[in-house]
Amino acid sequence: MHQLYTWVFEPGFFASPQVRVAVTIGGVAAVVSAVTGVFTVLRGQSFGGHALGDVSAAGGSGALLLGLSPVAGFVGLGVIGAGVMDLIGVRRVRGRDLATGIVLGAAIGLTALFLYLGTFSGATAGAPQTILFGSIFVITSGTIPVVVILSVTALATVAAVYRPLLLSTVSPDIAAARGVPVRVVGLLYMLALAVSVGLSSVAVGAILSTALLIGPAAAALRLTSRVSRAIVVACSIGVGATWLGVLLAYDSFYWGSSQQGLPVSFFIVAVIFAAYLASGLAPAARAAAARRELAGPAAAETGPDQIAA
Amino acid sequence: MTQQPQTWAMTPQVLAVDGVSVSLSGRQILDDVSFTVQAGQFTGLIGPNGAGKTTLLRVILGLQRPTRGSVAVLGRPLSRQNRSVGYVPQKVLLDPDMPMRARDLVALGLDGNRFGVPLRSRQRGEAVREMLRAVDADRFADARVGNLSGGEQQRVLIAHALISRPRLLLLDEPLANLDIGSGQEIVALLARIAREQQIAVLLSAHEMNPLLPVMDRVVYMADGRAASGPADEVVRADVLSRLYGQHVDVLHVHGRVLVVAGPADGEPALTAEHGLEAG
Amino acid sequence: MFASFMTNAWIVATIVAPVAGVVGFFVVLRGSAFPAHAIPKGAFAGAAGAALLGINTLIGLGVFSLLGALGIGSLGRRGRHDVATALALVMMLALGAAFLSRTTEYEPEIYSLLFGEVLGVNSGQILPVALLGVTCIAAIIVLYRPLMVSSVVPEMAEAKGVRGHLVETGFLVVVALATTMTVPVVGALLIFSLMIGPPAAARSLTSRPGLALGLSVVIALITVWAAIAASYLYNWPVGFFVGAFGALSYGLGRGWAWRRTRAVAARV
Repeated sequence: MHQLYTWVFEPGFFASPQVRVAVTIGGVAAVVSAVTGVFTVLRGQSFGGHALGDVSAAGGSGALLLGLSPVAGFVGLGVIGAGVMDLIGVRRVRGRDLATGIVLGAAIGLTALFLYLGTFSGATAGAPQTILFGSIFVITSGTIPVVVILSVTALATVAAVYRPLLLSTVSPDIAAARGVPVRVVGLLYMLALAVSVGLSSVAVGAILSTALLIGPAAAALRLTSRVSRAIVVACSIGVGATWLGVLLAYDSFYWGSSQQGLPVSFFIVAVIFAAYLASGLAPAARAAAARRELAGPAAAETGPDQIAA
Repeated sequence: MTQQPQTWAMTPQVLAVDGVSVSLSGRQILDDVSFTVQAGQFTGLIGPNGAGKTTLLRVILGLQRPTRGSVAVLGRPLSRQNRSVGYVPQKVLLDPDMPMRARDLVALGLDGNRFGVPLRSRQRGEAVREMLRAVDADRFADARVGNLSGGEQQRVLIAHALISRPRLLLLDEPLANLDIGSGQEIVALLARIAREQQIAVLLSAHEMNPLLPVMDRVVYMADGRAASGPADEVVRADVLSRLYGQHVDVLHVHGRVLVVAGPADGEPALTAEHGLEAG
Repeated sequence: MFASFMTNAWIVATIVAPVAGVVGFFVVLRGSAFPAHAIPKGAFAGAAGAALLGINTLIGLGVFSLLGALGIGSLGRRGRHDVATALALVMMLALGAAFLSRTTEYEPEIYSLLFGEVLGVNSGQILPVALLGVTCIAAIIVLYRPLMVSSVVPEMAEAKGVRGHLVETGFLVVVALATTMTVPVVGALLIFSLMIGPPAAARSLTSRPGLALGLSVVIALITVWAAIAASYLYNWPVGFFVGAFGALSYGLGRGWAWRRTRAVAARV
């Protein structure tokens, strides 16, 4: 039994301070991402959610260059980018993705510029790698209060626009007819998304930011038939995948002879990807259940040779 | 055709459209449209595609500003606060992946326009159950909306629109993609609800025959112009010919009405002498 | 700026831009902006893997961009397209992170692979780029009619039959090819800007497909040339100018279209 335990949890796992940081920060990022992610997938704005990660990264490079706080850079430019996307975006999905792409292209160009300018001062050494792939251990204890406040703000915003956002996602026309300020609600959601993505990008890196935003939410939406439940399921999958990924990454240092291990982001993404593929089995099962539901309770109760009342 | 202001004694005037015109990108979409709808009245907004029906509905909903004219709901002009209008739009693309049961969509009709998170309460659940029963949708209340058939989705959308107890219900081409049987059921359902709850119903369609049994009044539109009144006063060759701007004939066949383009100039014109036969 | 060491850059750019313009026309038409961004980005991870194994980075790019195209195509069959694209992308990037963790000597190449390097083009690269470009254009010509037809069908993917799926995957593979050829000058990340900005601008200027296609190529050429010239003059990275000019051409296109609708309305 003890052997099984050490096989799963390699020595020092629970004591390692890095693991504790990763588990906490990763967990928070997973929850915030899952909540905003459910609406992102529902509204078909996965591109926007991913693009904001790169836009935030431009902000991060700029912050590095100017010596500002990385959190300010990531979240600040992310929010501006979201505002611009919403402003020039069109209601049709294709037009909206195009607007997202234009803003993204400009932001990547900015990243190129900032990183280049940074090479003169040495400020951005090693940056392309970090900014593109990210590191889960970048958050310092000093920034934790800001991170917490921003996370709470993002979650509170989503909670505040929950109903009108849901209604306008189902049908913008019905929502507008009911007096919902559809544009305003959409913008508020985009800003919450920008804050969420900006935070997760600086905390866990660009890859995980997108993976935690889209993967658990997409899997959850296939598994449940209620948005409220989907949010809970998405949080569970996200946090579970994060913790499992941290564990595997820690253990991987003990695998093989090279003692090198693989990065955390790799494992977390792999678990999320697997969870999404597994959730793909659900729609087929649900279609069968739906057929039974539509047949009605009467059909289930009466036998084939009885006449329903 | 201008309407005289009604007295409030008997039937309150729920909707008053007065001289509404809309021109967009150089095209005249609506041209001086005026009519009223009373509580409990079932009004059909009939006209071929492109006549301006959807635009008119959008003006009534406040989604489109008229170039001229005004709309009043319950005597007051439209504003965000004055929202006692239920709306069932033409194409609600209910994504099969949308994680929402019929029950949830109807519940959203209660408070979907208010900020915040929905809190479950017994009253809410009761109101939803009652509405689902009223539209005969309890069989599939727990099914995903995306998996429902066209007619079933229509019922759910109607329940969603009605649950907030509007005084005016607008439906944009609800019968367009339904088979005849489902269409008849929906029409009968709407007529019953209009009568029982004294709701004013305005339903647009390009085919008026399914509505003939229940329509109290018709607003007939062609080329952005409209004529309104009881069906047998409006659906006549002279009225419609004026609307269309060309000669049209109105034929009555076994209680159904056919509006057809008339013969070319020079040939004797046909006139519809007979009123609507009982259908 | 037309010195001999710049000649290669001009030549490759002049090959890359029309391909970007043509492929990009369909990217915009089909609303495939996300895959057009995801495939190059994921391909980058493959380049990292190739460097690790000591193979030519072009091969790594090619393999991973193909993997990305096929991955998006197959995942997108049963799920939402944008979700499929996002997850395929992060999976490839995660693999790239795994590769990169194994090696530390890579950085300068990362930058130029991502954002482009004007001076880094050597004459040995011109022929492969030209061949890839010709292949892309040929593939587009072959797929032209099914592409145009299937782009009119709305994105409710369930309605598409098997052939629609083949066209979609085939198109993504063409995007993958276009990706692989653009590394020398523009960089993997910014080929995307070239494939989006100029065609979007072209579509705002005209609704005739043939004319829009031609305009897309012309605007792409102007964008790339201007970007190279500006990069030479100011020493700032090419990628920055491509992104900026792409956004500019999109903005100008939208502004023109907006003015045109206002002029028509004013005539009423």
